[in-house]
Amino acid sequence: MTLTAANPVDTNPNLRFLEEVSAATAGVSRLEMCIQCGTCGGSCPSSADMDHTPRLLFAMIRAGMRDEALRSNTPWICVSCYHCVVRCPQNVHIADVMYTLKSMAIRAKLYKDSTAPDFSQTFVDMVENYGRSYEFGLATRHYLKHFAMRLPGMAPMGLGMLTRKRMDMTPTRIDNIEQLKKILARAKELEDRS
Amino acid sequence: MSKYLFYPGCSMETSASAYYDSLMAIREPLGIELDEIRDWNCCGATEYLGISITPAYALISRNLALARKQADGSRTLVAPCSACYLNLAKADYYMQESPLLSERVNEALEAGGLSYRPGSLTIRHLLDVIINDIGLDTVSSKVVKPLKGLRVAPYLGCMVPRPDYEKRWSDAEYPNELDRLLKTLGAEVIDFPLKTHCCGGHMTQISPSTAFELIRRLIHAADQYKADLMVTLCPMCQLNLDAYQNETNHHFHTNYRMPVIFFTQLMGIAFGIDPKKLGFGKEIVNAAPALSRIGVETPVTQEPGPRKKRKDTGLPMPRMPGEEEVS
Repeated sequence: MTLTAANPVDTNPNLRFLEEVSAATAGVSRLEMCIQCGTCGGSCPSSADMDHTPRLLFAMIRAGMRDEALRSNTPWICVSCYHCVVRCPQNVHIADVMYTLKSMAIRAKLYKDSTAPDFSQTFVDMVENYGRSYEFGLATRHYLKHFAMRLPGMAPMGLGMLTRKRMDMTPTRIDNIEQLKKILARAKELEDRS
Repeated sequence: MSKYLFYPGCSMETSASAYYDSLMAIREPLGIELDEIRDWNCCGATEYLGISITPAYALISRNLALARKQADGSRTLVAPCSACYLNLAKADYYMQESPLLSERVNEALEAGGLSYRPGSLTIRHLLDVIINDIGLDTVSSKVVKPLKGLRVAPYLGCMVPRPDYEKRWSDAEYPNELDRLLKTLGAEVIDFPLKTHCCGGHMTQISPSTAFELIRRLIHAADQYKADLMVTLCPMCQLNLDAYQNETNHHFHTNYRMPVIFFTQLMGIAFGIDPKKLGFGKEIVNAAPALSRIGVETPVTQEPGPRKKRKDTGLPMPRMPGEEEVS
């Protein structure tokens, strides 16, 4: 991004955060189009567990409340069901804005609870090393770290999955993992530069 | 014979192997040939997008690039898993919408000697292909064992009918495709109001109580409508509703026993294929009692039973209430 000289009369500096979120979103976010109707929160199956409804979160972004927005658990509780997306009268790409906020919160280390970011990161680590997801490794590593007390309770389910051959004890690796690693390394450079 | 490029996705090889087995078994009667993308990688599910955008789209797009290279005749890429289908479709759609994203992704792909021109493949879900290409007339002509008397709750979950970039589905919230297919198989199909509600996705790992509530709503509704079983088209939905049903029961002190199977398994049964080839017995909540009601016998996996207590000949030891002595 090229830096431009600051406008001597910056009429609304709060909008910089909105612009940042919008620019970081894949495709066209349409976040600027939000009319604060609240259809998103009303359609959300998990809004009861959220710090802020999506509508309120978008109002905070528009008000430039960067830290508060990136600390909110809302993007992490979003289940990516796209109910809000298809109902939004302004066609805001809400689910993708939630993904953007997660990645920004990780970069800024501003999330409150590390359970969700750790889960995503562990999943991604497995994929970067093997080219495939690895459920057994992911579940055991994640549960040991975050829900160790729940592990005994989960054992029958894990055993049921193993006896039915629905879970592999060992990971599968793609043939051309080196190619994938090169692609991802280049992609990370590009991401850091943006 | 209709030929398609095929992206199975990680779940089909492990947790949803019943989906894979049954799909392989119904290829021939349906007349479809699936050309699996060689050396495909994970699509990143709903995890990579939340970590870093460019690598996430590069990961998805390696598959698109490989598929396009392998395309021989058909340019249609079929995915049976909802998350894979959406990720592949989303990457293709957003790269068309945003040239900047396409540029970045292609720069990354170049590091691996690959490239992808957005829009050069058509990405579709398996159910869409069966309904709209193969057609219900063909499906109907293959039915030798109508599923008469079996009450099924059609459950699609979120990511197939939504956000639906290409407007392929009859409705984003209440699509009728799965209902029509199951009716063609002769089943009694419940008008299921929660058919595209969320199963909780990865919340079982992040916020279990959030997930258990979403699972409970679905199982409870299917039970209220007196469904014999739920039918789904998504590996994640099947895993959550089936494998986490016991945990959900435990959490709410309920006692549901609702089998959850894949639509391809029921297609196989209606086509008269041996249930052993359709992945039955892999479900945690046993589907055999439901299917025996229409005279179909399916394999059952024996649970490893509780360890037998040894005969107590040693010194008297303290016992937990309810523990019985084996004589």
